[in-house]
Amino acid sequence: MAIDAIVLHSADNVATAVQDLKVGQKAIVRLGREISHVSLVEDIPYGHKFAIRSITKGEDILKYGEVIGRATNSIAAGCHAHVQNIESLRGRGDLNKEA
Amino acid sequence: MMEFMGYRRADGTVGTRNYVGVISAVVCVNEVVEAIVRQVQGTARFTHHQGCCQTPLDIGRVNQTLIGLGRNPNLHSVIVVSLGCESTDISKVTESIRASGKRVEHIVVQEVGGAARTTAQGILLAQEMVREASLQQRELFPISELVMGMKCGSSDTTSGLVPNPAIGVASDLLVSAGGTSILGEVTEFIGAEHILARHAANDQVADGIFKLVERMEVRAMAVGEDIRGGQPTGGNIKGGLTTIEEKSLGAIAKAGSAPIQAVYEYGERPAVRGLVVMDSPGREPEILTGLAAAGCNVITFATGRGAPQGFPFVPVLKITGSRTAAEKMSDHIDMNLSAVIDGGDTIPDAGRRILEELANIASGSMTKAEISGYTNSMDIYMLGPVI
Repeated sequence: MAIDAIVLHSADNVATAVQDLKVGQKAIVRLGREISHVSLVEDIPYGHKFAIRSITKGEDILKYGEVIGRATNSIAAGCHAHVQNIESLRGRGDLNKEA
Repeated sequence: MMEFMGYRRADGTVGTRNYVGVISAVVCVNEVVEAIVRQVQGTARFTHHQGCCQTPLDIGRVNQTLIGLGRNPNLHSVIVVSLGCESTDISKVTESIRASGKRVEHIVVQEVGGAARTTAQGILLAQEMVREASLQQRELFPISELVMGMKCGSSDTTSGLVPNPAIGVASDLLVSAGGTSILGEVTEFIGAEHILARHAANDQVADGIFKLVERMEVRAMAVGEDIRGGQPTGGNIKGGLTTIEEKSLGAIAKAGSAPIQAVYEYGERPAVRGLVVMDSPGREPEILTGLAAAGCNVITFATGRGAPQGFPFVPVLKITGSRTAAEKMSDHIDMNLSAVIDGGDTIPDAGRRILEELANIASGSMTKAEISGYTNSMDIYMLGPVI
């Protein structure tokens, strides 16, 4: 069946869109053989991520079951999760410069 | 056991192509090299922007890289073109390539007397050498003679979902057959090095992986910048990759599950078989060159948005998991694995097909990059400034 998004690990709090998805859409999300649905609060472009549950500011973002960054704002379920609300924790020469 | 038709070399390595290589010793002679190669079928060029006004460390690396490229089994014989006043150690380069049993010729622009005369001399020499190379026949070899380089470029989210893990399966199969695969792109280990280190065959290798990543990260941070300005690239972010950690986790899927046997410097030829790691950045011109200098006779290249580059004398197999890239960039993509996304294909099956396709490519089947000739924007990975 055609799916809208993939979750790669049961610990993940984001899904990856495999189609261009629209606000209001009930996205079909696959994790292995399990299918769930997430109502989208924003448009999600193909290849981009959205929260599959509400994420609080400062919380780790998990994909592949591993930490890919940290939420810089709270992210509601169905919201676009990308550079506007996630920051990297690595290679941050800028943090040293500010300190 | 899978087999392929390759070219036997005097040093025991096996070529998948049989070119006469025309290699620039220094940036200043690139145009002579281009002119020679344009006129002679059966030649392949290596041009770059280094070889003069650099630190001794970098000049040493230019020497080693040119030696590695000259010794690559896909070259039957080699013409080195130099200017005459470069910093590259020409006698070391030519002697070291010659030690592998290949014919090596050297022409010097300032001695022959200008670009036009050197080009003419180079063309005549190359014609004679191509004739000699063309007499060699392919022979049957087991796939254990493949040395596969692995790379991903112009990544998007699908890279980490489909082609990278499928290449990981192909790498595992190649390694279990006795072959070699080389993982580079240390920048893309950042944030995932702890996972990669778990694959290390021993503590020394694990330590080597951490040191490589630390060196790369410190180098990026030393300029007082946020590495995020360059990694992930603008194209990656547009494609949906948010952080270097996310990109890295997708990228290291290429490592598959085989133990990592050793860690090498840029362009260094592995002394062991199996999966190894080589220091290199993520950018195409430098990493493809490093893999070729390490002796790779085939390269697999996963792409999400569609990267066009190949390498002048090593076939580069382009693999995507993105239906969009497969359609829009069809003149650059060799394998479309997008059916994995919907569940119509699986990663293990896709990985097996990659290895079969590699054996075809190794036997002479041409890649899209070779057919289109989109192979020549190469360079050598440097550490210090141009001075």
